[in-house]
This record gives sequence, C-alpha cells and structure tokens, in this order.
Amino acid sequence: MGGYKRLKDKLLDKLVFVLLFLVALFVGLLYPAVALFTLYGEARPALERFGLIGFITGTEWDPVRELFGALPALTGTLISTFLASLLAIPVCIGIAVFISELAPKALKPVFTTAVELLGAIPSIIYGLWGFFVVAPFMAEKVEPFLQELLLGLPVLGRLVDGVPTGIDVLTSSLVLSIMIIPFMATIVKDAFEMTPRLLKEAGYGLGATKWEVIKDVVIPYAFPGIVGGAVLSVGRALGETMAVAFLTGNVHQIPRSLLDQFTTITVAIANEFTEADTELYLSSLYGLALILFVMSFTLLALSKFLLFKRLEKRWAVKGL
Amino acid sequence: MTKRAMEKKGVKIDVRNLNFYYGSFHALKNITFPVYERKITAIIGPSGCGKTTLLRCFNRMHDLYEGARYEGEAILYPEGINLIGKDVDPILVRMRIGMVFQKPNPFPKSIFENVAYGLKLRGVKDKKVLREKVEKALKDAALWDEVKDRLHENAYALSGGQQQRLCIARAIAPEPEVLLLDEPTSALDPISTAKIEELIEELKKKLTIVIVTHNMQQAARISDFTAFMYMGELVEFGPTEKLFTKPEKKLTEDYITGRFG
Repeated sequence: MGGYKRLKDKLLDKLVFVLLFLVALFVGLLYPAVALFTLYGEARPALERFGLIGFITGTEWDPVRELFGALPALTGTLISTFLASLLAIPVCIGIAVFISELAPKALKPVFTTAVELLGAIPSIIYGLWGFFVVAPFMAEKVEPFLQELLLGLPVLGRLVDGVPTGIDVLTSSLVLSIMIIPFMATIVKDAFEMTPRLLKEAGYGLGATKWEVIKDVVIPYAFPGIVGGAVLSVGRALGETMAVAFLTGNVHQIPRSLLDQFTTITVAIANEFTEADTELYLSSLYGLALILFVMSFTLLALSKFLLFKRLEKRWAVKGL
Repeated sequence: MTKRAMEKKGVKIDVRNLNFYYGSFHALKNITFPVYERKITAIIGPSGCGKTTLLRCFNRMHDLYEGARYEGEAILYPEGINLIGKDVDPILVRMRIGMVFQKPNPFPKSIFENVAYGLKLRGVKDKKVLREKVEKALKDAALWDEVKDRLHENAYALSGGQQQRLCIARAIAPEPEVLLLDEPTSALDPISTAKIEELIEELKKKLTIVIVTHNMQQAARISDFTAFMYMGELVEFGPTEKLFTKPEKKLTEDYITGRFG
C-alpha cells in the first residue's frame, strides 16, 4: 500500500510540474508571441500598402482618401507620456520622502494605503474628472495665465500658442501624470525604504541634517528604484486610453504647442475602431496597435536588461 | 568639581548618573565614569550589556528613533555642555563627535566624495582645501598610498578592511574632538584588524577615542582605560592594566578570565 501511495505522489508531482510548466510557457513566451503574430497579421494590408517606414513616418491620417500615417499618433503618445512622467517624478519623490522619512511612525501605514488605493481608481474615472473638472479649469484659469506669462518670450511663447480650450496636450499630460502618480510613488517609496539604516546613520553621524541625508544618501541609493518606477509608469502611461480618451480631441496632427489638440495611439484606436469601415482603415488601426505593442515591450525589456544591470553594478551595496 | 579642575585632570567627557530608556525599557542604569582626553577608553562586556547603547548616547544617535529618552549628564569639556541635554542640538554634537560603525558603510560614491562629505556638510567649498584635507585624512587613516591613484573610483571597489579605513578617514576628516568606534573590526580579518588597531593608537595623539569591543584582547592591547558593563550597569572602570590584572569586582574577574560572556 505504501509503495502504491508513493507512486501516486510521484505521478502527482510530475503532473503538477508539467501543468505549471505549460502555464508558464504560455504566459511567458507563447502569449506575447501570439499577440504579436495576430497584430502583425491584421496590420499586414496597411503595412503592405504604405510600407513599414512609410506607415510610421506618414503624417496624414485621412480615412476619406484612405491615407493612413502613424506619425501624429506616435508623437502624441510619446510627448504626452514624456510630459506626464516629467510632471509625476518630482511629485512621487516628494510623496516617497514624506512617507518613508518624515511621517510619524503611526501614520505611515495610513498614507501608504491611501496612495496605494488611489491606484485602484479606474482610469475612466480619471478621464471623466479630467473632462468635466480639469479641462474647464485649465481653459479658464491656467492656460490664459500661462499665455499671459509666456507669450512674449522667444521659445516658451510658442509652447503656449493657440486657443485655450482645455482639450490639449497640457491637460492630457497632467491627467495622465495624476493617474500614474500612485503607481510610481509606491515603487519609489519602496526603493527609499530599502536604504540601509547603517548608511543613513553614516550620514547623520557626520552631522548631516535630515534633509541632507535624504538628498545625499537616500535619493542616490534609491536611484535605481526611482528609474525602475519611472520606466514601469511610462510603460503604463504609454498604453493608457481611458484617462485621456476625452482630453486629446483625437486630431491626427503633430502638436506644435501645448495647447494644440492631438491624439495618441490608444485614443485613436478606441475612438475609431467602431467606425473603421474599410479593410485598410481597420488594418491601419491594427498597425498602430502593433507599434504600441513593440514600443512598450522594447521599453520594458531594454530597461530590464540594460539599465538595471548597469545601475545594479554601480550602486549595489553588498553586505549592508 | 569646577570646569577648570576637570580640564586639569584631562577629562573630555564626564558621564554622571546617565540613564537611558527605550520606551519603557531601562537600558542604561546610573552610569558614571570619565572619558579622558587623548586616551583610548574601551567599553567591554557581554552581548546585550548596553555598551553600544552607551556609545550611541555620546553622539545622540538614539535621537533618530522614536521612544529614546536620556537622563543625567554627559558633560563635554572644555565648555562644559551636557551632550544629552534636551536643549542641546544633536547635529551640533555630531559635528564635534565622529563615529565609525560595526560594518564598513561607505556611501555609494567615489573614495574622494566619501571623505569630502563631512567637510562639505561643514561648508568647505574651496576645491584646493577639500583636496588637501581629504589627502590628510586618508594619510592619517593609513589608506592614502593604496588609493591615491584611484580617488574617483567607487568606494565599493575597495576591500572590507580598506572600506573600514575609508570610514575612519571620513570620520576624522572634519577633525572631530572625539571619535566613537563601535566594534570597528568585528567584520574584518586579522590583518585588517591589526592595521586598524595600529591606526587607532596613532590617532589618539590627536583626539579622544572611545571604542566598544567584544574582543577583550583588543581592549587590553590598545586601550588606556576600560569600562566593564553588565546588564546595563557599569560594573568597573579603571586603567586597563589594573582592570585586567587586578580587578576589584568578582564579576569583572569572571568575565576577563572567560568564565562567562
């Protein structure tokens, strides 16, 4: 009987191993491959018509004349993601400094949970809030103020050229940054809290103030974590649709000022999928999706393999 | 005793009835002993006796954590200020009293930046002055010859013993009056340990040293005075030679002869 039971256990062991291996294989390799393959298959008509380079660099997006170029949506995605990260990073460092270094011990879990819960708000809520609250505020107050401040100046003036409508690059980036803040702040805070106590004490021991320790010890030590948080958040911002769905105006033009209407890849897909009435139109939307997929995938892969390795080597602290 | 009288006797820090609490835990009980200027004072005792806790009172390290409370006095001469007084700014205390920790803990910066950091905190900006002082500190820490050609390499490229000497250089660069050493060789091999002991004896020409060690031979080799602690109390204090050869208390004798610990 004992021998029989052992055999059964062994079989079960094998079975579980094979099952989990298949799941891992599917999630890790097959799934991205299938996604890539499907996207490529669907995008092929458009890519064949315009050529890969032609599609990526094409600046016209005109369904009536059946001309589709991805450049406006691509630049829109990159610009809004870049601006959103730029706005979010300092705020996140501030939140992380506060929670990990300044907040009284008893309040730490409260703030941590609060920030983490913010990340659970569905992005469509940010979108609605952005459209009904932020956009009008930007149009009436912030943008006219910026224009008054900057319009006369040489380079900065051109950034705020145009009619302040609140449906533009600036508002989109702002709402997007607010949406990624909880996500990024949590990662940055975790990185801060990884700073060895001994390293902080070394700073204090030399007579540093709290601020000096944060600036000279904690932030440099947490630097890889800050970069990691930023990259993951950029990945998220790249693919975010609903938060900015109502805020870009979905106009296929390369924005020349922060107050221009524009579009991003995700917004274009979400808005136009139902009205894509020709094969080429639909295929071009798939083409946009393919670009986005490759972009996010490369970004994460690159950061994982190149950036983190280098940073780890430079900053790794052994034995503390 | 008057200030002048204490100075005359060569006392740098006069610890009187020092009590220390972590929340409700009474960690140090009525500690009284003098730390003599330009001498090495060793604090010995079994694990958990409070020797590191006592050391960390001198530079107010406990202030970084919630629930720490000091009572009594640790008077720093020549001014006669109470190091653990509530009205004394811990940062000013740390500006005058340097510390070296149990494990080497250089910053993830270059060798030069590590040593220069304390100077920069004190407002030294002139590059020439910084270079001179960094060189002097590294020479005093007996590390200069090994690192002079790679000052701008990351400190983590150094070996453990070199890192600890770098930490000593970092601590002495701003020219503190007192240097606290918390088991500075416990993570090092015998050769590095010997180098650091030699270095410590050299340093006492310039400053007052308090060293915590659980290595009795080390205390016997390098210190001028020894304080033996047990369960948060100071059992015996005296010249090292006397304490190790003719201890007054039975407990001290049992400890130094290895009967417990």
